[in-house]
Amino acid sequence: MGRFLLRRLGFLLLTMVFTSLLIFLITQALPGDVARILLGREASRQALDQLRSQLGLDRPLPVQYLSWLWDLVRGDWGTSFSTGQSVRALVLARLWNSLELAGLTLAIAIPTAVTLGVVAALYEESWIDTAISLASLSVVGLPEFITGLVLIQVFSFRLGWLPANSSIAPGTGFFAALPSLVLPALTATLVLLAYVARLTRASMLVELNRPYVRTAVLKGVRWRRVVVAHVLRNALLPTITVVAISFGWLISGLIVVENVFNYPGLGRLLTFAIARRDIPLIQAVALVAVLGFALANLLADILYAAFNPRITLR
Amino acid sequence: MSAPGEPPLVEFVDVSIAYRRGRRWSRAVRGVDLRLGAGVTYGLVGESGSGKSTLALALLQVLPPNGRVVEGTIRYRGRALAELTPAELRAFYRSVALVPQDPLPSLNPARRVGRQIEEVVDPTGSSGPATRARALEMLHAVGMADPERVAGAYPHQLSGGMQQRVLIAMALAGEPDLLVLDEPTTNLDVTTEATILDLVRELVRNRATAVLYVSHSLGVVAELCDRVAVLYAGELVEDAPTRELFERPRHPYTQGLFDSVPRLGTNRRLVALRPIPGRIPSPSSLPPGCVFEPRCPIAIEDCRGEQPPLEPAGEGAVRCIRWRDIEAGRVDPHQSATPSRVAPSTGEVDAVLDVTHLRKQFPLRRSLNELLAGRPQRAVRAVEDISVTVRRGHTLGLVGESGSGKSTTARAIVGLDPASEGTIEVVGEPVARALERRSQAAIRRLQMVFQSSDEALNPYRTVGATLRRPFRRLAGLSRAEATRRVTELLQDVQLTADFASRRPSELSGGEKQRVAIARSFAAEPEVLVFDESVSGLDVSVQAAILNLLSSLQEERGTGYLFISHDLAVVSFLADYVAVVYLGRVVESGPAERVLQPPYHPYTEALLSAIPLLDPAAKRSHVRLEGEVPSAMEVPSGCPFHTRCPRYLGDICRDQPPPWRETTDDHDIYCHIPLDELRAEQAPAFRFERSRGPERGEHG
Repeated sequence: MGRFLLRRLGFLLLTMVFTSLLIFLITQALPGDVARILLGREASRQALDQLRSQLGLDRPLPVQYLSWLWDLVRGDWGTSFSTGQSVRALVLARLWNSLELAGLTLAIAIPTAVTLGVVAALYEESWIDTAISLASLSVVGLPEFITGLVLIQVFSFRLGWLPANSSIAPGTGFFAALPSLVLPALTATLVLLAYVARLTRASMLVELNRPYVRTAVLKGVRWRRVVVAHVLRNALLPTITVVAISFGWLISGLIVVENVFNYPGLGRLLTFAIARRDIPLIQAVALVAVLGFALANLLADILYAAFNPRITLR
Repeated sequence: MSAPGEPPLVEFVDVSIAYRRGRRWSRAVRGVDLRLGAGVTYGLVGESGSGKSTLALALLQVLPPNGRVVEGTIRYRGRALAELTPAELRAFYRSVALVPQDPLPSLNPARRVGRQIEEVVDPTGSSGPATRARALEMLHAVGMADPERVAGAYPHQLSGGMQQRVLIAMALAGEPDLLVLDEPTTNLDVTTEATILDLVRELVRNRATAVLYVSHSLGVVAELCDRVAVLYAGELVEDAPTRELFERPRHPYTQGLFDSVPRLGTNRRLVALRPIPGRIPSPSSLPPGCVFEPRCPIAIEDCRGEQPPLEPAGEGAVRCIRWRDIEAGRVDPHQSATPSRVAPSTGEVDAVLDVTHLRKQFPLRRSLNELLAGRPQRAVRAVEDISVTVRRGHTLGLVGESGSGKSTTARAIVGLDPASEGTIEVVGEPVARALERRSQAAIRRLQMVFQSSDEALNPYRTVGATLRRPFRRLAGLSRAEATRRVTELLQDVQLTADFASRRPSELSGGEKQRVAIARSFAAEPEVLVFDESVSGLDVSVQAAILNLLSSLQEERGTGYLFISHDLAVVSFLADYVAVVYLGRVVESGPAERVLQPPYHPYTEALLSAIPLLDPAAKRSHVRLEGEVPSAMEVPSGCPFHTRCPRYLGDICRDQPPPWRETTDDHDIYCHIPLDELRAEQAPAFRFERSRGPERGEHG
């Protein structure tokens, strides 16, 4: 296990180096000249050159890359072109918000989806199964900006229970922010729900037909215990993997949801940075997103092995 | 059995069971009547598609969701099982037990073995000192040397034989009144099968448990059961006390089964097998009269009319309108015997395959720690030292338990997994070890037939396309010429020309194996390697394939290397036999010498483990302890010394044994002098010496 972690972390490091190079090259290829973006159309040639040498943009690309990487590692993520703030402070604050939203989403989505999947499988081909499949499939087809707007319409405007705008101020505690988190989390849940529920249903059906279930029934074990103590544990293995991986998506991929609700997460920070060609910010957010995905994958593998005695991590 | 007035333990009354496929229900079992008394061991015999497992699962009330008892009643202690309340049903479950065919999938992969046994003792799943002690006691009772270790293991950490013992321990932990065994030894080695059967026999004797033993193997049933029911295509065709059934089978199908099984000691040069022609009808297209009529050698007009009733006969019952004629000897129910046309072995013919000192190792990667510590690289020594010779028109049988390296040998010889050391000569010419470095001519001369024709045939290609390929590639024929040859080839394997346009999914198991055989013959090889090529087939189909292989060899003079765990099949087909243990030949020679004393103690144990088709047979049982050691740690000295029932002492452990030659060509790799072996070993079976067609004894 220890060696497995070491190897995987080494691999993760390699991934990060590679993606940092990729991100650096892509941002280099973005249209527009940084100095001109900063100084505007009217800037003189002299001023532009001066700024370029000040930013180190006149150096050869490999040197630029290495010094950028070195600064990143040291914790100096640069200054945002558009806001003048420290990129690191900006990204970390938004990351925290994204983690809160992702956590709440999973807390709602997983129990609901698993329950729906298990119930659908236990009552396979009955009206309950059909109803669950129908409902979850029709929701998954809808884009997030539709489901989000419907939720706002119902819960904010009609019922007035929850705020329509989730733009929480920096430094708000989790419980204070909770009302603002619920609607975005519900919207993200609807995206995950059908997928996880159908996956759970499918693996439940596979496990329910395995001979060890018959063995348990023949012991005279109650059906409820057969399901909970024998089937569920094996059936949830694929679900665990998918959930862990979807965590990466929840952290940095909720661009639409965050924009609909005006939620200050990483996704919105990224759209903001791209709109303003704020290259240091784009680079930092992209790197954090990649790191999130990589860690989620590692977590998925570890969890899968932890719940599956047939797998030993070496 | 049961006292008068008291209902039998189990009673099937006119039971029909159907499976739903899509919208249609088809009846896999029809109108079965059967009574099972307390303490009786009942055998339920039939080939695949006979409905025997369906019947067993229906009795236990664990049919799959798409199966249902659609007619009739199954009673247990006089109560109809369909009427039980959920609580009563759980009580019923606790009084019965099942040992299934595949042990591994029947155990929960995520829970430790001990806990799974404890759950039998207490189905609420709570664990305490009492349940733990009981689980360990049961593991001990089924012969586990280290119950603590097994209880703490997960199922996948145990070998197949151990897993099956765990299931038996589980079944017996609840002290059931009825034990159902559904082909419990089918996937195990004969040696493991023998110990498991011993175990069942002993445990049942001590507890007066009623047993329903479901099997396709007549031999196993003969060894174990008091009474036997024979199923065919979902119907009970015969039911009788075991002795009676084996001495005087009254149904032509039962007789056909006996005729199909190769017996130890018969050889194709003496007799041909008598397979049952045709194939078992599917439940959706049953013949109008007797279900067996289309395949029956003595069918008459009346058989096509209506379904014959199950009539009492002797101490049993039979479903055949001609059973009195059969019993009186007025008709011959045997499948028409094709007398063996195979010429006796002429002995000295040239070798077509010569393998010397073949060795195959799979090196293991060293971990960083091992590298730093300077430990040598370890390897799985799958094949240690195998030298075999196959002669033109002759068959060499290679036998041994799983883990002996048989299949690795086959793959190394044909070059799929190239050997690490050793030479391979085909018709006197050395060939490269790796397949890709062999010439087209070398590949053409040495072909292989795999165990599973399902995996060996491309499902998207028609039979014709599959068979044309070797003609085009290896023989370089034109397309038209290849197509013509395909038709001939199909005839040679007794398939009609229209098979060329079919795909593998439209064929039965036997037909697929015929196509696989046809393909390997297309290249006109000098040598064919068969790796368990008939093992997955029903006996009646297997018999036809064995006859086919025998006649093809006679016509074409091809040499066979025939690998099988089934010694009876090997003894039927082979002229020479090599016995392998842990990747090393321990005995080799002409078949009739190897299979009779004196033999290597390992051969002796293998032969002694085979169930004989004779309920009255008395013989000594030599049983092997434990399992084949891992090929990573091959024992020193004689590789067999850790399990040898005739272990002499230090010499066996420390020194490699000498090769002892009994007569020309028969060699035994053992420390024990031949005279001693000769004095102590008894023949495992009677050898047939007569030649030509004769009435097969059914004893």
